Amino acid sequence: MSARTRELFALIPAALLVTGGFTAVLITNSDKLGNLSLFYGAYFLALCVVTHIVIRIRLPDADPYLFPLVAVLAAFGMVMLYRLDTGLARDQANWFVLGLVLFSATIIFLRDYEALERYRYLIALVGIVLLVMPRFLGHPTNDAFLAVDIGPVTFQPTELAKICIVVFLASYLNERREVLVVGARRFMGLVLPPLKHLGPLLVVWGAAMVLLVFIRDLGSSVMFFGAFLALIYVATGRISFVIIGLLMFVLGAWFFSHTAAHIHERFEIWLDPFKDAGGSGYQIAQSLFAQADGGLFGRGLGESLVQLPGATGCHDFPACGAILPAPHTDFIYAVIVDELGLFGGAAVVLIYALIAERGFKTAILAEDGFSKLLATGLTTILALQAFVIIGGVTRVIPLTGVTLPFISYGGSSIVANFILLALLLMVSDKSRRRVRLQAEAEAE
Amino acid sequence: MNRQIVKLFGFILVLYALLFGFTSYWSVFDSSSLKANVANRRPLLEEQKIKRGDILAADGTVIAHSTPQGKGNNKIYVRHYPLGALFGNPIGYSFVDRGRVGTELAHNDELVGNKTEFLSVLDQLQGHSQVGDNLTSSLDPRAQEAAVNGLAGRQGSVVAMVPSTGEIRAMVSIPEYNPNAVQSSAAFQHLNTQRSAPLFNRATQGGYPPGSTMKVVTATAALDSGQFTPNSTLSGRSPIEIEGVPLSNSGGEQFGTIDMTTALTNSVNTWWAQAGEKLGKDTMFKYMDRYGFNAKPRLDYPNFQLAASGVYEGNRLLTPSDSIDIGRVAIGQERLRVTPLQMAEVAATVANKGELMEPRLWSKLTDPDGRVTHLEPSRQSRVMSETTAAELNDMMQKVVQEGTGTAAAVSGIDVAGKTGTAEISNGVNDAWFIGFAPASDPQIAISCVVEHTSGFGGPTCGPIFKSVAEAILNGGSGG
Repeated sequence: MSARTRELFALIPAALLVTGGFTAVLITNSDKLGNLSLFYGAYFLALCVVTHIVIRIRLPDADPYLFPLVAVLAAFGMVMLYRLDTGLARDQANWFVLGLVLFSATIIFLRDYEALERYRYLIALVGIVLLVMPRFLGHPTNDAFLAVDIGPVTFQPTELAKICIVVFLASYLNERREVLVVGARRFMGLVLPPLKHLGPLLVVWGAAMVLLVFIRDLGSSVMFFGAFLALIYVATGRISFVIIGLLMFVLGAWFFSHTAAHIHERFEIWLDPFKDAGGSGYQIAQSLFAQADGGLFGRGLGESLVQLPGATGCHDFPACGAILPAPHTDFIYAVIVDELGLFGGAAVVLIYALIAERGFKTAILAEDGFSKLLATGLTTILALQAFVIIGGVTRVIPLTGVTLPFISYGGSSIVANFILLALLLMVSDKSRRRVRLQAEAEAE
Repeated sequence: MNRQIVKLFGFILVLYALLFGFTSYWSVFDSSSLKANVANRRPLLEEQKIKRGDILAADGTVIAHSTPQGKGNNKIYVRHYPLGALFGNPIGYSFVDRGRVGTELAHNDELVGNKTEFLSVLDQLQGHSQVGDNLTSSLDPRAQEAAVNGLAGRQGSVVAMVPSTGEIRAMVSIPEYNPNAVQSSAAFQHLNTQRSAPLFNRATQGGYPPGSTMKVVTATAALDSGQFTPNSTLSGRSPIEIEGVPLSNSGGEQFGTIDMTTALTNSVNTWWAQAGEKLGKDTMFKYMDRYGFNAKPRLDYPNFQLAASGVYEGNRLLTPSDSIDIGRVAIGQERLRVTPLQMAEVAATVANKGELMEPRLWSKLTDPDGRVTHLEPSRQSRVMSETTAAELNDMMQKVVQEGTGTAAAVSGIDVAGKTGTAEISNGVNDAWFIGFAPASDPQIAISCVVEHTSGFGGPTCGPIFKSVAEAILNGGSGG
């Protein structure tokens, strides 16, 4: 069976998930089953098949499982959003369509992703502009500057910025990795990179600190810096660089957590959310309460208590009568655990792990350094984003507001992550084609 | 670079294992303690989705009923009290913003249909949604109405109890309040700040000086301890010194050397104070304890809405080791504070041949499948011998036939009782009557108190006793 045929079959579970999920929500919410849910399933499957055809034509050798895995996540997200609010699900479906269009556009118009290397400084500049934009044009949500309003649409530039930063880092580190290793010297048992090459790395550290203080976004900061450290490690093979970087980040974060009140508060809440469970600790306390209600198998789709029961005539979701805050974005994982239990939560984490596995496999199969680093970076930043938000919701780390990739409500997130997926599939297609051609050549 | 990529993947897997570990901790291992967290309103909100069982009166009249509001996932049940204020205090209320009190709180588990974990899992598998049991209260609307009408707006309380089962047939506290009104914050605020404290259940929480009704307890101690018989005599002159302070009879009335029956019939303070001193603190407290004093009544009612009867210093219950004027305790003065419920229990004990039954506000539970559980009456204590109870019964009949309690007489039925008039300040009394009927085969024991009245126990509470007793005996809802 060819890779593309496997991909096509692998899409069926996603379509079934949408159909089954929507059916379950319909049953709980209106006690009657319409053929609407079947329509949703068919519509979703059709969209995926169209995208599949684009992949089949342009990237015939790309990894066959990445797209179906993402489709399963998206299906999960659609079902949860439909359960929360049908309007949200409709919006998300539109974003999903736009995401797939841009996904296809990336594949069709960016014929060779290696061309990106040539524009790396421009891309880095775009990335930085995107990052700081909300500070000047946006408004703070929960004290962090994350979004920019463009007409009726709220846009989160960080989501796109992460792709730009990864492209730049992959390209830059690919070029400099030799000198970083060769010029290194030992100091107090640690291998230090040569000072003149330390500069750009300090710039990245500085950028992460700026993110932390200027944009006040610990989540993005952890994501970006984590991806950076991962790339440095993969590029140089020096764990000491990672340790130094980590120490610098922790030191910086510690310093700012004592000077910047909002970061300090986040830490306090993390350490004891129940101290002020009605005030500052409300969000995380409610998240844990929701998960406690889930148990092993969950309460069933549509059964989670996200809104005050009887909050009738109340359409301004989720502001009105919400018990669990931001159930459609930051806390969607808590809703999943509440309704589908530990099994549902574990399934979500497992899918992200499988995506990471396919992503890293792509990096390993890639031939040149840039492709390897690009695939590694894209995979890491996606995997870290999932970790940062799920970790925040489950109190593994302090809570920060990033979206759960492909599941949370949010146009920027969906669109950016589909572009990320397009790049990953392009790297995959190239390396797997080479592997296939080699195998064919050997067979002859 | 490939080796590093594999290690990086391993690191990501470690992070994800952490996520799995924490998720399982919150959702499974630490789940019950999170559910019990005080900040967690989910269980309370969750219960709104359950059709709460009805609360019915003894005759089947609906006291509390839940009606659905909203649709689908938003459907909740809201409590209504069709009879309004009539059952306000004993039954209480249950609203999500207001919490619950009274029977609504005490019987919450049955009303929401909480079962054991295993049974509820079975129910879920069978697709049953949780539905509460219907609770049939022991309260009788006619008795309740008779008590409310009898008190006629005067602050006070009436408790009627079936001597043989402990079932409460009437529990009235005036001023009353309408539980439907509690839902509104403004109305609740108003109820909470009123000086007359309508939300305060006088029947179970009100601490009143019992006055001469306490002489029933003293008589029990005197007879049952063997130190006295109904014919034992003491001087009834007035005033006499008790604990070094002169004590007078009501109106300064003088009596010669009289027996116990006469002393009870005419409520002779000096006689009973001397008896109390002769019995001593230990014997008096022993019988008070047997009657349930010095502990919260064993009523199926929220603990915070129950008060213990006894001798108080501030909020502290005194014991025999404290300095107490036991002569004045014997006539219901000193620092005695008793609840109307406690005094109903005293009357019910004499009526039930010396055995005190635990008081109950429910009679019957009916689950959604129609299975019925009836109240099984439980004995609280043997307070006195049957002989003592019979002697006391006879003496208390005299009180109603020819003594201070004639106003309580019910035509065609023999009534036993005791009046009490506790002077709060000059000319202002708490008026009491406790008693039971029919004396030969007691069906109901009743206590009545009217606060801050110029009247005396017998004339003030006697008629209220009479109308409540008639309502119950004629209605056939006795024990």
